[in-house]
Amino acid sequence: MNPRYQNRIELLQGTLDLLILQTLLWGEQHGYGISQVIRTQSGDVLQVDTGSLYPALHRLEKQKWIKSEWKLTENNQRAKFYQLTAAGRKQLAEERSRWTQMSDAIAAVLKPMRAQ
Amino acid sequence: MSLFHREEKDSELDDEIRSHLNMAAKERIQNGQGVRDARNAALKDFGNVALVKEATREMWSGASLEAFWQDLRYGARMLAKSPGFALIAILTLGLGIGANTAIFSVVNGVLLNPLPYPHPEQIVSLFTEMPNFKNGSISYPNFEDWRRMNRSFSSIAVYRSAGFNLSGHGEPEHLHGEMISAGFFEILGVNPLLGRTFSTDEDRLGANPTVMITEGLWKRKYGADPNIIGQRMALNDVGRTIIGVVPSSFHLHIQNFQRGGPANELYVPVGEYNEPQFHSNRAAGWGLDGIGRLKPGVTFEQAHEDMDRVSRELAAAYPDINGSKKAYLLPLKDEIVGDMRPVLLVILGAVMFVLLIACVNVANLLLARATGRSREFAVRIALGAGEMRIIRQLLTESVLLALVGGALGLVLAKFGTAAAIAAMPVTMPRAEDIGLDQRVLLFTLVVSVVSGIAFGLAPAWKTSRSDVGSTLKESGRTLAGGRSRTQGIFVISEMALAVVLLVGAGLMIRTLFVLWGLDPGFNPHNVMTFSFSGPASYKEKSPDLIRSAQRQLHDKLVSLPGVEAVSFSWGAQPMQGDDEGFFWIVGRPMPPLSQLPMTLHYEVEPDYLKAMEIQLKRGRFFTAADSEHAPRVAVIDESFAEKYFSGEEPIGQFINVNTDPNDPDKAPSPRIIGVVAHVNQWGLDSDSTSPLHAQMYDPIMQVPDSALKRGGLASDVYVRTMRPGVPSFEEMRQRLLEVNGELVVFSPEPLEQIVAHSIGQKRFAMTLLAAFAGIALLLASVGIYGVLSYLVGQRTQEIGVRMALGAQRFDVLRLVLNDGARMTLVGLAIGVVAALGLTRLLSHMLFGVKPTDPLTFFAVTMLLCAIALLACYVPAHRAMRVDPTVALRYE
Repeated sequence: MNPRYQNRIELLQGTLDLLILQTLLWGEQHGYGISQVIRTQSGDVLQVDTGSLYPALHRLEKQKWIKSEWKLTENNQRAKFYQLTAAGRKQLAEERSRWTQMSDAIAAVLKPMRAQ
Repeated sequence: MSLFHREEKDSELDDEIRSHLNMAAKERIQNGQGVRDARNAALKDFGNVALVKEATREMWSGASLEAFWQDLRYGARMLAKSPGFALIAILTLGLGIGANTAIFSVVNGVLLNPLPYPHPEQIVSLFTEMPNFKNGSISYPNFEDWRRMNRSFSSIAVYRSAGFNLSGHGEPEHLHGEMISAGFFEILGVNPLLGRTFSTDEDRLGANPTVMITEGLWKRKYGADPNIIGQRMALNDVGRTIIGVVPSSFHLHIQNFQRGGPANELYVPVGEYNEPQFHSNRAAGWGLDGIGRLKPGVTFEQAHEDMDRVSRELAAAYPDINGSKKAYLLPLKDEIVGDMRPVLLVILGAVMFVLLIACVNVANLLLARATGRSREFAVRIALGAGEMRIIRQLLTESVLLALVGGALGLVLAKFGTAAAIAAMPVTMPRAEDIGLDQRVLLFTLVVSVVSGIAFGLAPAWKTSRSDVGSTLKESGRTLAGGRSRTQGIFVISEMALAVVLLVGAGLMIRTLFVLWGLDPGFNPHNVMTFSFSGPASYKEKSPDLIRSAQRQLHDKLVSLPGVEAVSFSWGAQPMQGDDEGFFWIVGRPMPPLSQLPMTLHYEVEPDYLKAMEIQLKRGRFFTAADSEHAPRVAVIDESFAEKYFSGEEPIGQFINVNTDPNDPDKAPSPRIIGVVAHVNQWGLDSDSTSPLHAQMYDPIMQVPDSALKRGGLASDVYVRTMRPGVPSFEEMRQRLLEVNGELVVFSPEPLEQIVAHSIGQKRFAMTLLAAFAGIALLLASVGIYGVLSYLVGQRTQEIGVRMALGAQRFDVLRLVLNDGARMTLVGLAIGVVAALGLTRLLSHMLFGVKPTDPLTFFAVTMLLCAIALLACYVPAHRAMRVDPTVALRYE
């Protein structure tokens, strides 16, 4: 196995949607780009499985949180670019706050252990 | 999503993935990898392309519907590839679903659908409840009081069956009809096709005679003449004005109204019936039954209480006659459907068992077939299809099978039901309401889909869980583990279901044997019954003239070659019609009129005993000497003698039958001259439970003059012939017409048929249960045969090894039979326990047999064992002949 992936952790269910929406907040991006951004941003810890990524993209598109368009990349390649919709921005805000709540809650649960 | 759109999206997804791979490869090339390596690495990094595509497609809107169509097309192709399998499965299911649809359409039409009248829940049947009968007839004076005194009905009407001789319009013929009171058709919400219904003014003594005819008679006799209203027709020599035509869509089948017998063709007002006794005698019923419509908002219970009050008031006013009588109410639907409800429900249960067995058989077939297809599914799983996807594919196939089977079943039910009902030995109430309506179609659809899932689930589950690697490696030859256990369970359940059905059918067959073996008190073989009636003018003639005309007709019939004995008959007829009256034994203290005992009355001729072969027990029967000039005599049956003369000698005693002080027929009381055997009056299966058993015979010639004139020249006839059907009814009719050309001779029916009809409902249940049990037996034996053959096929190598190691053929036989015997015995045990619980539901339909009848259970168990052994034998025999060298080389 490639040593680069040794620190990989499984994505919590539902967090992939959050990461995709967050990635698209900085601008439109294609599927390969999204997976690269998530990987580099997470310091190579999060590796997005294509078998999860593409179903997620198509599902989010069906839910009208993102929309897609075929465009040329900087390298002059054709690619399908996804971008956030207004509904997607709202959804992102909701998922972010839910994520914050959850991580705070988990942190609170874990705290006493550290205090010992 | 349209197919076109789907293909577009498919190719777009391909593009998207290709662009992903290109970008990944390009980045690797930019980082210094070789072109070829970069491409391979990108592809490897991406993962299983097919799986990604499959997972992504699932996300598309309507993808499941899309997948369904895909599965459906694929399933249809797979079924078309193995037409033999598809045909057997579809036929099996078609039979099962068709039988269920047919029976359900009967249950739906008869039990579930509301009656075809407006607000049917408001319609109530009315009778007079007497100590002996719940549904006795209503006397006309009582009816008039009920109508006047009740507060809960918007309208009450009465009706009684009547026969009419139609003359002056072609050959005279006998028509069946009803006398009804005004308001009858309004209660049922029937609008005449032409003209109008009876007014109250036409429904009274002395009114201008009117008649309503049916659409059928209007077309048959009058060529659907549009100007029929106002024309006159001669009925019993009375000219009546036709005032209305009743549409043929009107049906009502209840006691005394078109039950069984020939169709009604006309209606006349009952109130205009010019029989003085009818209007004045509060004690006489004349076969009048009532029907009423509740006022809106009045419940059945309220009406019941209200009529109890009316009955009490009438009992107080006429204690002699009404003291022990009260009104009896029954919802019309209960009267129409009557005792058919439990029979139909039992049959519906039985037919569902048949479908279950059919499902198990098809599941068996599917399982065997899935073995052959395990490679196909292993490949699909390897290519990225999920477990659920495979299950869905297989379920789609089985539901497809079931739907095609269901369509076939619908066709079978559509054409089979009506024919089957007509052929059944029972008059199905509401037969005209049976058909394929929306509810039946929905039932068929639901049953098809549910059975498709039911028989598809187990094989689909098994198949989807087969191990991909080993299946591919072993070229799909070996069965997946656990499959034989599933098949074992299939066989066991089929056996158990078959036991229940066979026991049910067996109990009904035993019941019928008991009933057929029952002595009804007379011998129905070679006896023909029919009726005749002469012109109404005889009612005006002298009683002597009527008697001599009767004697002449009698002698003419007797002189026909082949005729053994002839008896005319008035009053009650065994299993056909009853006629009863009060009596008292002369010399004993007489109780109040309302507590007088009742007896059945048979007015017959001296040869009646010979014609019916009824046994004379004591004394003598009538002779020609017991004529109108001789002292009145009577004969009673053993029940009468036992109940009212226990220990005493009845012969020589006198019976007073003129118990009504208002009755003008003050004839002398007859003297008992003999005792005969009891005759089964109420039908083979219900005579013993009927409250009225006493029977009394009088010579027709001694019937009081007034009664004779009331009847005129008319009678029912029993003719015993030496051989069945010789002479024919037509010969007898012609012979009677030679004497009197104005006679109408009608309603021929062999007495055997009348007896058979009296147990028609039980024969109906037996026929269906036996048919279903037969199908169950066939399917179950095919099932066990199929499974064992399959198992033997699977174990060929094992058997070869065993034989190579020295096992004898007998050991092999035992090996295979052991398998079969285990499944059979477990199935039988479960089935017997289930049958012990379920046959209790049959108990009301049985006669002379207990629901736990050991003989039936034993016979069924033995029969199934024998069938199972036979089904096991062929595969076992095949296993015995396995050649070890061939079997081993095969491996």
